[in-house]
Amino acid sequence: MSEPDVLFDIDNLSFGYGGERILEEITFRVTRGDFLAIIGPNGSGKTTLIRMMLGLGRPDSGSIRIMGESVESFRSWDLIGYVPQRATELDPLFPASVREVVAMGLLPHKRWPRFLVPSDEGVIDEALEMVDMVAYKERRIWALSGGQQQRVFIARALASKPEVLVLDEPTAGVDADAQERFYNTLETINRMRGVTLILVTHDIGVITKHVNKVACLNQRLIFHGSHQDFCDSEQAITLFGPDHHLICHRH
Amino acid sequence: MEILQFPFMQRALAAGLLIAVTCSLLGVFLVLRREAMAGHGLAHVTFGGVALGLLISVAPVWSALGVAIAGSVGLLKLKERAGIHGDTAIGIVSSAGFALGIVIASMSGKFSVELFGYLFGNILAIGPGEVWVSALLAAVVLASVTLNYHDLVTITFDHEMARASGINVGRLDMLLAVLTAVTVVLAMKVVGLLLVAALLVIPAATGLIAAASFLRAMVLSGLSGGLSVLGGLVFSYYLDLPASGAIVLTATFLFLASFSLKGPTGRRP
Ligand SMILES: Nc1ncnc2c1ncn2[C@@H]1O[C@H](COP(=O)(O)OP(=O)(O)OP(=O)(O)O)[C@@H](O)[C@H]1O
Ligand SMILES: [Mg+2]
Repeated sequence: MSEPDVLFDIDNLSFGYGGERILEEITFRVTRGDFLAIIGPNGSGKTTLIRMMLGLGRPDSGSIRIMGESVESFRSWDLIGYVPQRATELDPLFPASVREVVAMGLLPHKRWPRFLVPSDEGVIDEALEMVDMVAYKERRIWALSGGQQQRVFIARALASKPEVLVLDEPTAGVDADAQERFYNTLETINRMRGVTLILVTHDIGVITKHVNKVACLNQRLIFHGSHQDFCDSEQAITLFGPDHHLICHRH
Repeated sequence: MEILQFPFMQRALAAGLLIAVTCSLLGVFLVLRREAMAGHGLAHVTFGGVALGLLISVAPVWSALGVAIAGSVGLLKLKERAGIHGDTAIGIVSSAGFALGIVIASMSGKFSVELFGYLFGNILAIGPGEVWVSALLAAVVLASVTLNYHDLVTITFDHEMARASGINVGRLDMLLAVLTAVTVVLAMKVVGLLLVAALLVIPAATGLIAAASFLRAMVLSGLSGGLSVLGGLVFSYYLDLPASGAIVLTATFLFLASFSLKGPTGRRP
């Protein structure tokens, strides 16, 4: 693995609120092309960890390097798309059209004053096509279903043509059918466009079917490795029970 | 139209329209950021600024502007640093500012009539010089909103996502704080300090109820703000009503009309 392929290099990261330790001595790398699932129980520090990876919080100790640069000096945030946890629980009175939400994703590329230009319309369409939502472009975002909203937020993250997409529990509250389609979309984005994906999830089915790396977090990083190694590990057995081989089996 | 013959009415209309549109556009951001009452709170602080200007013989618009900006930035810092809710911060800053006004007013004791005028506003008495100052300030606000439009929409929609995409959220919060202060001082001229919040909130709410996109909410809000001033001045002239009251009641009427025409569309069924 050559160094340019390391997108995130997290070294010995620790963090706490007040005296309480939330993350302890986390060390791992994300490489180009990964489809990484971060799993762990509620409150295990998943959101806290990815927020730090996005420069939204500072660790107490340890370091984060993004594409070879320290997180403090990293400026190319347009290369990283982010879909925050509970994105669909924003203000339902905000009158944004689907197009306007996706357009927000174009801003990081632009210099001040950041006006939209006619060619941006094509980029917006393209991003919406990837998530199969072009037909809803002029609709008010809150008039869509939760799953559709989630797709629009992905389109927003994709609009800046990122190299990495970070998604924090994007399918919470999305029905099983829509989830399946959604993950297929993610897989396509990962395989066809080469976008690296970091996905926080509680959904075991996804891990078994779609991802190729797993990080299991519970204050410490208790497992990090390939999907196959994960299935062979004791963590998988303790998490999923003796039937884990059924879940881990891929068709 | 007959009422347009009078220079005082021409000035009132020109300044009133410009200020109302400015307030309405900024108001959309404030309402969505749940800072609608910041305008009301800042108006109290501005009262202190006006009293100060009268005491030290500076044109009250400048002292009001200085004190309003200080109050607005103070509000922002209080919320960021002190870990208290926005409405608590508004409660603290606005009462302190208003108390300051009362103390200063009683210290000199001779300008309570003039101060009274600032509380209730008198757009019909606006002088030519004041029209230019208002136009200048309104232009500053409109230009700032236009040049930062997409950034402001993004931070208002989702602070966290905006930060993650590298937008300087702190700088924009500061910009909005300063612009809010400027619009409060502007609105004071039109409807008086006691009704400042009306110009910031009511047209914005009207636009937000009816719109399917943010841009349309801005346009509708600006329109209803402008219409309120137009209608208010006409009513005040022909029915001999106080202009400030007529403007705010027209704005309220427009809100109710758009509410009953369109119904609350924002929530998912
Ligand atoms: N602002 C905060 N102040 C204090 N403690 C916090 C704060 N935010 C989170 N925590 C604590 O940090 C821990 C990790 O929270 P985090 O949100 O990272 O968990 P998570 O793994 O994302 O959980 P979930 O699966 O519920 O999303 C939790 O124990 C939580 O109580
Ligand atoms: Mg979380």
